[in-house]
Amino acid sequence: MSNPMRALIVVLSSAWLIAGAGSAWAAGSETDFKAAYAAAEAANTQAGALRDQWTVTAAALAAAKKAAAGGDFDQAVAHAREAEALAKASIFQATSEQEAWKNLEIY
Amino acid sequence: MRSAIPPASAALALAALALAALAFAAPRPAVAADTPDPVADAAAFQKYFTNKFPKLKLEDFVNGPYSLNEDMHRQWVEKEEFPPYDFSLDLGKEMFAKPFKNGKSYADCFPNQGIGIRQNYPYFDAKEGKVVTLELALNRCREANGEPPFSYVKDEMAALTAYMAFTSRGKPFDIKIPNDPRALAAYQNGKRYFYTRRGQLNFSCASCHVQSPGQRIRAEILAPALGILNAMPIYRSEWGGMGTISRRFISCNSQTRAVPLDPQADEYRDLEYYLSYVSNGLPISGPGARP
Repeated sequence: MSNPMRALIVVLSSAWLIAGAGSAWAAGSETDFKAAYAAAEAANTQAGALRDQWTVTAAALAAAKKAAAGGDFDQAVAHAREAEALAKASIFQATSEQEAWKNLEIY
Repeated sequence: MRSAIPPASAALALAALALAALAFAAPRPAVAADTPDPVADAAAFQKYFTNKFPKLKLEDFVNGPYSLNEDMHRQWVEKEEFPPYDFSLDLGKEMFAKPFKNGKSYADCFPNQGIGIRQNYPYFDAKEGKVVTLELALNRCREANGEPPFSYVKDEMAALTAYMAFTSRGKPFDIKIPNDPRALAAYQNGKRYFYTRRGQLNFSCASCHVQSPGQRIRAEILAPALGILNAMPIYRSEWGGMGTISRRFISCNSQTRAVPLDPQADEYRDLEYYLSYVSNGLPISGPGARP
């Protein structure tokens, strides 16, 4: 086998191994789902205390629960992580708006 | 070649000039003052809209988008011949007159038997330390007389407020802010809510109704915030029915993808207080109709 061919096999094998490891990391178990869902719910509760929850966060949380109920923990984890990201964005919005609203005011 | 002014001094002079220019060019602060001044706010608010739409008279703003577009204005004139809120008005009149099971009626709960008083709501109740809206007062009246409260977003409440608004048509909003720090705080909280961006779309009430009135959002023409509550409650073609102020606030929040608050939450009560106050002097035109 030529050297370039060997090199190509090594590169492809490495890529396959990395991709495999990546999907193993992304694959969700029930435990992963529970942890991701709890984190999302906690962030959304914090957004609620700031009176700035988003409808899309609630939808992502509901989708996560539905996927988990159907046994699809990969999807459930993905939806829960999306919900957490959205909730954190709403917290950021509420926090920055505590002062930023004044910039819009007519005076 | 040497400069006539040493570089450090030049920089200092430039900085001083820049500061002076800023001071003269911006006699007002870059952002609004933290101490609320409702009288100045209302004057600035009304001036902003009359400058933006110089052809409109102040009282025209109560007709919302129908005043901003000639074609729509023609539609409105025709609509008013057989207004879609008429059935609600009739129902409201009937409901208002019908006694409760204990023999009392709505008239017993309000000044002047509830006739021609819409322009005074919401008001700040010193005893409760909070803003009381007309919708809230109506449900409190019902509960005080042993009746269950109505939904704040459904037809019965819209009908009652439609009738009460009708008896006040033409009377200018006359919202008072008493000399009470809690009233001023409620006003300021309403103002904060109005200008605060929320929801995934990152919109505030002001994004549509201050920055963009007269512009289209999809097929609709956005109404100016000035006078926006004077026409409430409204028949909305989009809803296919009547809507209260509570319904309007809730649907606005949902449209920005924010989770709405409960009807008559403190923030909504304060928002109504603020929006009504800055429209003081504009006539009540409710019930109204909107696309």
